[in-house]
This record gives sequence, structure tokens and C-alpha cells, in this order.
Amino acid sequence: MSFKVTVITFAGTNCDFDTKWAFEKIGCIVESVWHKDTKLPKCDLVVLPGGFSYGDYLRSGAIAKFSPIMDAIKDYAKGGGLTLGICNGFQILVESGLLPGALRKNENLHFISKHHYLKVINNNNRFLSKLNEGDLLNIPIAHADGNYYNSEDNIKRMYDKEQILLKYVDESGDIKNPNGSVDSIAGICNEDKNVFGLMPHPERAMSNLLLSKDGVKMLEGLIG
Amino acid sequence: MKVVVNVKLKEGVLDPQGKAVSHTLNSLGFSNVNGVRIGKRIVLDIDESDEKRALNDVETMCEELLANTVIEDYEIKIEK
Repeated sequence: MSFKVTVITFAGTNCDFDTKWAFEKIGCIVESVWHKDTKLPKCDLVVLPGGFSYGDYLRSGAIAKFSPIMDAIKDYAKGGGLTLGICNGFQILVESGLLPGALRKNENLHFISKHHYLKVINNNNRFLSKLNEGDLLNIPIAHADGNYYNSEDNIKRMYDKEQILLKYVDESGDIKNPNGSVDSIAGICNEDKNVFGLMPHPERAMSNLLLSKDGVKMLEGLIG
Repeated sequence: MKVVVNVKLKEGVLDPQGKAVSHTLNSLGFSNVNGVRIGKRIVLDIDESDEKRALNDVETMCEELLANTVIEDYEIKIEK
């Protein structure tokens, strides 16, 4: 039985084909769904890929959260369905309240596009289950609004509930914060550990030809 | 009627744009500038004659779309 993945395309999404390719590369059956649809196909994972939905107008992800497909995604995620948001997908999940916190403009005000090291902070979840805590991953980032924020109390609660998953580091594993995120946070999950969000792009790190294949183990974890 | 919404980052939430502008003003010689916060001004043209109803509607708009209340505060004014 093949693992079925649904990749959502919003108006302005531009990583949908890369994401489809990445999941097909690891043996999944991938179906694309347009944001104006109101039903999700039967699937094992829903992915909100990267891009610039609605031109990032007002705030990144703020308008996409009202796309017709979002009601079905909310029902699916609240019912325990596996959900992954990458970059703009992460912003949409945060705006829609499926993940806690907010993503602000990068501290240096620039769009940052480069390979960056990440450290696995917690692997007691499906997404990072094929990795060890402390593992370093080389994964590209490409965003202008990736500066993660949540209040001090909420961040503390997220650590307690093992929701802080990935941090930005340098090649020796020391904290190196590219965008000003609180605690250098790059990726999180919800309390139930079925909704995952990260700013970096694992789908762009799937083969040595792309300078890194560190994204493979991340995506494979979701498949189980 | 015209309703104006001012959206600003909450106290304590870093405003990178404000910080950059503040630095620039300082280097232009305005050494008395201690800080800058940048917000958004949204002007709504609403087909409504009842002020109370308009304010109610705009408040809902702010909560649902115009502001991200995790990081932003808003204030609503009716422009006369």
C-alpha cells in the first residue's frame, strides 16, 4: 500500500511541483489539489508547500487561510490527520491557528536565500523520527518573513510539550540565527504532534545534485 | 462612512523596520530619536450609516483578518 500525499496549490504557491517530486522520489503517490476545492482526497498526509500565496499581501499567509480548501484542512488536522507546512505553508498554518505563534519580517529586513544548518532538538515525533537529537542537517532557506515569535510563557510551554523541533545553527552545531527567530527556532509542531511547520525547504535537499540530501530523512519520517 | 484601522506591533515585539529607520534617523543627525515603531493604516469605505454596527463589523474584521493578534494590536476610528 503506497503512502498517499496531497499537495495543496494556493494562488501564488511556487514549490508545489518540487514538493510533489520530492515525495514521489521517496515512493509516495502524490495528488495535487487546488485551493478552491472544498474536499480533500483520501490521503495519509497533507502538505502546504512554499511560495507567495496572494503575493504575501497584508501578512504572509493571512489571505490564504480563507481559501475554500482550508475548512477541509482544519477538519482533517483537528481530527489527527498528518499535516506539514513548508515555508509559506508554515506561515498559513500559523495564521490559521493550526500551529502556535507568528512569523514576522526577518530581523535584517532581507529576503534570505541560502543553505543553512539546522539542529534536531526533539525527535519524539513522526516528522523527525528517523533522525537523532543533535543531528545537523543542511537544508536551504528562502524567506523574508521567517522570524518566529511566541511569548516567553508560550515558548516555555512548547519546550515542555516537546513542540520545538528544529533550530538554526552553524556547521558545528552552535546557534546561528539568520532571521531573528526567538531561540533561533526553525521548526515546530502542535501539541498533538500531527501538524508540523518549518521555514526551511526539505524538498530542495533531496539529492547530492542539489548539494544536500538531508531532506530525505525528514520526509521519510512522515511516511513512517 | 470611512473607518480607519491602525495596526501596530505589540509592545515587546521586535520591529525590525522601525529599528532600521530609527538607526537611519540617528545617523542623519536626529540624535533625539530614541525609537521608531512602524504600523499599518487601513482605510475602509463601508456602506453603513450606523456607527455602532460599523465598529462592530470592523472589530470582527480585525480579529479575523486585518490584524494578527499574536503580534499586533489595532485601534479603530471613524473618520468624520
